[in-house]
Amino acid sequence: MNAITRRELAELDAPTVSFELNGKAVTARADETILAVAKREGIEVPHLCFKEGLEAVGNCRSCMVEINGERVLAPSCCRAPANGMKVSTNSERAVASQKLVLELLQSDMPETAYTRHNEVDQWSVKMGLGKPRFEAREQVKMDLSHPAIAVNLDACIQCTRCLRACRDEQVNDVIGLAFRGDQAKIVFDMDDAMGASTCVACGECVQACPTGALTSNVHMAAGPAREAAMTVPDKQIESLCPFCGVGCQLTYNVKDDKILFVEGRDGPANHGRLCVKGRYGFDYAHHPQRLTQPLIRRKDAPKRGDMVMDPDHVMDVFREASWEEALEFAGGKFAQLRDTFGKKSLAGFGSAKGSNEEAYLFQKLVRTGFGSNNVDHCTRLCHASSVVALLEGIGSGAVSNPVMDVTRAEVVIIIGANPSVNHPVASSWIKNAVVNGAKLILMDPRKSELARVAHRYLQFKPDTDVALLNAMMHVIVAENLVDADFVRDRTENYEALKANVAAYTPELMAPICGIDAETIKYVARLYATSKGSMILWGMGVSQHVHGTDNARCLIALSLMTGQIGRPGTGLHPLRGQNNVQGASDAGLIPMMYPDYQHVSNAATRATFEKAWGVPLGSLDDQPGLTVVEVMHAIEKGAVKGLYVMGENPAMSDPDANHARNALAHLEHLVVQDIFLTETAYLADVILPASAFPEKDGSFTNTDRLVQMGRKAINPPGDAKQDLWIIQQIANKVGLNWNYQHVSEVFDEMRHTMPNIGGITWERLEREHAVTYPCKNEGDPGQSVVFETDFPREGGRAKFVPADIIPANERPDAEYPMVLITGRQLEHWHTGSMTRRASVLDAIEPDPVALVHPLDLAAMGGQPGDVITIASRRGEVSLYARADDSSPRGAIFVPFCYYEAAINKLTNAALDPFAKIPEFKYCAIKAAVGGNAPVAGSYGGGQILR
Amino acid sequence: MNHPVIPIAIHTDTGSRQRKRQAPKGRRVDPAALTQVQILLGGASRQADLLIEHLHKIQDRFGHLSAAHLAALAEEMRMPQTSVYEVASFYHHFDIVKEGGEVPAALTVRVCDGLSCEMAGAQDLLAKLPALLGREVRVIAAPCIGRCEQAPAVAVGQNPIPNATCESVQAAVGAGATKHAPAGFIDLATYQASGGYSLLKQCVSGGRPVEAVIKTMEDSSLRGLGGAGFPTGRKWRIVKAEKGPRLMAVNIDEGEPGTFKDRVYLERDPHRFIEGMLIAAWAVGIDTLYVYLRDEYHGCRVMLEAELAKLRASPPMAGMPQIELRRGAGAYICGEESAMIESIEGKRGMPRLRPPYVAQVGLFGRPTLEHNFETLFWVREILEKGAEWFTAQGRNGRKGLRSFSVSGRVKSPGVKVAPAGITIQELIDEYCGGMSEGQKLYGYLPGGASGGILPASMNNIPLDFDTLQPYGCFIGSAAVIVLSDQDTAAQAARNMMNFFRHESCGQCTPCRVGTAKAAHLINQPKWDLPLLADLSRVMRDASICGLGQAAPNPVDCVIKYFPEELA
Repeated sequence: MNAITRRELAELDAPTVSFELNGKAVTARADETILAVAKREGIEVPHLCFKEGLEAVGNCRSCMVEINGERVLAPSCCRAPANGMKVSTNSERAVASQKLVLELLQSDMPETAYTRHNEVDQWSVKMGLGKPRFEAREQVKMDLSHPAIAVNLDACIQCTRCLRACRDEQVNDVIGLAFRGDQAKIVFDMDDAMGASTCVACGECVQACPTGALTSNVHMAAGPAREAAMTVPDKQIESLCPFCGVGCQLTYNVKDDKILFVEGRDGPANHGRLCVKGRYGFDYAHHPQRLTQPLIRRKDAPKRGDMVMDPDHVMDVFREASWEEALEFAGGKFAQLRDTFGKKSLAGFGSAKGSNEEAYLFQKLVRTGFGSNNVDHCTRLCHASSVVALLEGIGSGAVSNPVMDVTRAEVVIIIGANPSVNHPVASSWIKNAVVNGAKLILMDPRKSELARVAHRYLQFKPDTDVALLNAMMHVIVAENLVDADFVRDRTENYEALKANVAAYTPELMAPICGIDAETIKYVARLYATSKGSMILWGMGVSQHVHGTDNARCLIALSLMTGQIGRPGTGLHPLRGQNNVQGASDAGLIPMMYPDYQHVSNAATRATFEKAWGVPLGSLDDQPGLTVVEVMHAIEKGAVKGLYVMGENPAMSDPDANHARNALAHLEHLVVQDIFLTETAYLADVILPASAFPEKDGSFTNTDRLVQMGRKAINPPGDAKQDLWIIQQIANKVGLNWNYQHVSEVFDEMRHTMPNIGGITWERLEREHAVTYPCKNEGDPGQSVVFETDFPREGGRAKFVPADIIPANERPDAEYPMVLITGRQLEHWHTGSMTRRASVLDAIEPDPVALVHPLDLAAMGGQPGDVITIASRRGEVSLYARADDSSPRGAIFVPFCYYEAAINKLTNAALDPFAKIPEFKYCAIKAAVGGNAPVAGSYGGGQILR
Repeated sequence: MNHPVIPIAIHTDTGSRQRKRQAPKGRRVDPAALTQVQILLGGASRQADLLIEHLHKIQDRFGHLSAAHLAALAEEMRMPQTSVYEVASFYHHFDIVKEGGEVPAALTVRVCDGLSCEMAGAQDLLAKLPALLGREVRVIAAPCIGRCEQAPAVAVGQNPIPNATCESVQAAVGAGATKHAPAGFIDLATYQASGGYSLLKQCVSGGRPVEAVIKTMEDSSLRGLGGAGFPTGRKWRIVKAEKGPRLMAVNIDEGEPGTFKDRVYLERDPHRFIEGMLIAAWAVGIDTLYVYLRDEYHGCRVMLEAELAKLRASPPMAGMPQIELRRGAGAYICGEESAMIESIEGKRGMPRLRPPYVAQVGLFGRPTLEHNFETLFWVREILEKGAEWFTAQGRNGRKGLRSFSVSGRVKSPGVKVAPAGITIQELIDEYCGGMSEGQKLYGYLPGGASGGILPASMNNIPLDFDTLQPYGCFIGSAAVIVLSDQDTAAQAARNMMNFFRHESCGQCTPCRVGTAKAAHLINQPKWDLPLLADLSRVMRDASICGLGQAAPNPVDCVIKYFPEELA
């Protein structure tokens, strides 16, 4: 991070001391440890329980040093030097102690090694320890109940590094140290089998364990746990996690072109941390169902929207083709449709999973090759409304402050987001902030994991965000908690907002939103008056017909209280996909060129016409169609050809039956993907592409951090890198592109995108990550923005009042309940990757609906029963999980399960401003019974069975 | 409580596909258990430091801690299940019963197997009682229960049986006599009638300036009588100089085998201690006090609760500090000052690393005046009679009085208030009526389990702070256990090392692993002396707290002073 934390500030203030270390005069900060000073001085002192980044606890006693005049030895990991102190790390007494501690631990180590990096062994060798003289303790049984992690407590030295990783670092609070004395034991929950515990398998404990007592129990790459931990990788590639927007840096450990395991790397967003997806979700890339050959639809396999996809029977529907034939057919047909039916007869869906360079080239292909702005991607389905509101209100669609700023905030509001599931590493920073004293206000109809640590949890009624937020703003106005200077100097249109919220008293809103007036007032005061308040939000805010209004309220809240433009405050829409920020930045949206330059602006068009070498006046001056609008246009026959790269609208679009019918209706559908997705099943041509670890490229995380993803393995078979494929299609539609390397694309981007203008490929290679805005080469990059002005005309932010608009489809007598859709921890989006990742699939094998236990009981159901949920648009049957995180009357279903594709039920009603569908609310009915969902050739936990 | 009962099935299944379909990860809270816990806790605060208190409530009510109740308590206190479990499993007086586990018998009989009780036949009781008492009663060995002068001591439920025999234990069990109430103590009215609390009143009304009081304490040379011997007056001054708010923590976790003086005084004259405590709090400027009483002293707890209630009803001073009584749960280590603080905070009793010292960063992170019970018990008398009176006592060049807890092979064991510096021989002869009939002094433990063992030939050492260090021993809490020609030092050492192994908190390697390895080594027919020497050294040098640092004392003393036993 660029800014400095409170702790770092304190460290700056610490005085300097001089002391003697092994006879040598040294100086140090008074708050440094002797161990740290020794390390700096090149003196090795054994240490086991100490690990950088974890609190020093000094329990192993292997780092003991002798301090002149003290009765006993001191643990150098916990002891700070003082002026005049004489410290010896290598006196006979100190060394005897260090060695005997190692000998005691070594005597209890099992014969079998569980890791190649047993630190007790390593230090024993360095200290010249012989065979331990003590008899070993009784050995304990292994616990292999968890699909991801093996517990071998016979190698445990009770150093509690795992415990601190679990509790202090990730704040998952699963690992404890129970019992006492020589019975002291690392336990999960209440000494439960790890697989039966609340463990979320972030693997931080494994990464922290010094002895292999906890190892990754990864079966698929190299056999059972031991082999995986004992195999020597032949290369280590510094790259990124392919899943969420947090943008964790990681290292792929590769042997024989296979990823063995993954380790967290010290990136700005994760500092070594990972979650279960990042750490254990990598083997999808090696799944046997990877597409390895271009496929062309068989003439005898007509498309139907209700076809059931089966990747094991691809050849019933497709035939293999050469790349030449496939590209000729794919691109040639696009050109033909364009030339016959006009430029607007084509559309393209790019991907937020692809790199910046892929997104950039994709939109450039659509804009210059297809000839229209009909290009969009899944941002439309996630934060489109947030982006619209942010651009309108503060002139930038990105976050004002990085997630990490929660550690500097006094108050953190999280609304409509479940980061523990969707941004787990971000959640860990939030929980760290709470542990360090920040007050977390969680606002969500769903009681997510963060409620556990929240200062206040506001379980407001679904769909009543505006009521709650306007009431808070009413309190802030009524109680004169407005930051008048900020409003006067840096905003406009405040009077309109003030007038609008006047009617929204907490007393009136309380029955509407279900939060009592006192709580609304309390929270409003807390937010307004803290030294730094930050708001983070997710799809619970954005995926409504009033999503833009919801976001407008959040923006207004921060502006009226001046809680933006400083470290530890601001607005942070948590971006979903690993590169949804970058893809949007790169112009993968129908109304904007790269860097949010509007297509209707003639000067902008001229700039891009020049940059892209196309005739002046040739670029489309009308915004293109959004994702859901494209589906409607297909039905009307307006759009006839669609190029889909790495997206799966047949699963992810609302009213999926309708979307699938639309896709089946296309004259020409080209799908570029790594698996046969539900969308690919309806394609005319399928182009086998590369998985994340198979390519180089830059990716931009939720913090506006541009980071480098690097190729670790080769694509399987004849699969190709996406950038190559896009370029081939471009050339088939008449463009004459000749990019030789991904860096050439990036270089072109930065010259059309002022905000990243200063970031060079070489710098990314070198630094791995650079934050934008970074306009000029050499700029450090700004992690906190809007410190002096907003990037709008006049530099002022604008208040946009919002009123209550109800959901498009409210419950009624026939459909009395509410459906909320979203994701779950182990599965990504439509499941095409994660349900093929062995560990993730084993942990969550089956489609479940999260039903409040009382609702389930009222239906006459037992936990685990099959229930059938129906809306006006479709129905699915799946297992009912009794889970009181769902509010009464609402059912939550993840949309990753093809055998129970919940988007068949969702409502395609759109927010009028952002065209985002209302995934978070539609009317349903639910009843016990129905056909149990049947997993096809993947999912259902079958890889590890 | 108006909570709807949430019908969640409780599953013991550990991760099958069907289990994953039914409920989220981990153990779900059983609504019925939650209701029970809510009723049991009533309006009591759910703050985290009350965890052990709440665990006691469940243990007392249900006879054990079921996993369902622990999960419910975790939910109710907004704590992770593992935090509740690790605390519950740390303390020996909690019986955790997991799903499908065996529920312990309704009544537990604890037979003390501390050294004095072992010498008096505890092992015999342990061998015979289970068969005599039947399956309805659980008979277990317990570490020293603080009644060494009544050895062998047995606790039937919460009722201590002095000089227990199979018959007396059977009788108590048969009669359902499982509770204990001290009788004949000086209650509030009696205490006040004889001038009690007038000293405190004098202090708070300005009759005695704070400075003069602290000065008297300094001049008296009274030292901490829990064992560490830190000068009392100086401690008051140090804590007083720290920035407020300051707290006070009183240690009545008397657990050092052989020590029972605090109990004897508490059972006799509780208000003398309370007055001393309130004077200390007043002098140092403290308005919240925590008293940590070991769980074994059930009768004292009941009595103290009642007397404190009386005191609160008619406080002897305006703005009397808040006094919180906290109950231990069976852990010797909680007598260690920082472990006790952890325990008062509701955590496992794991000693803290120092620096920082408790006086600076103690209970709840605040500067804390921590005192042993007896130290405070002396305050009134010293202030009334003056520092000179106290320092005029003593023998063999030492100053002051000491309360020796004498047990073992003497005619008349008990608490003996004797001059500091008295020798063992003088103590036995003048205060204990001599050795038990027909027995000869063989050796003695001057300071409980951790103070080492000395042979009869060294019967002329003054017993006091600082006088025993040259011999590798210390006086600690002045718990003197006398061995006779019927005993061996090696057996005493084995008893002690088993005790330390049992009571080690498990935090640091030298103590956790060291006590276990040492116990194993000294149970061998031939002791590996070089290895024991190395082990002793690392335990002394590298253990976090006094338990591990002193644990090798008995073993080292056997090697040094009783070599013939090892021949």
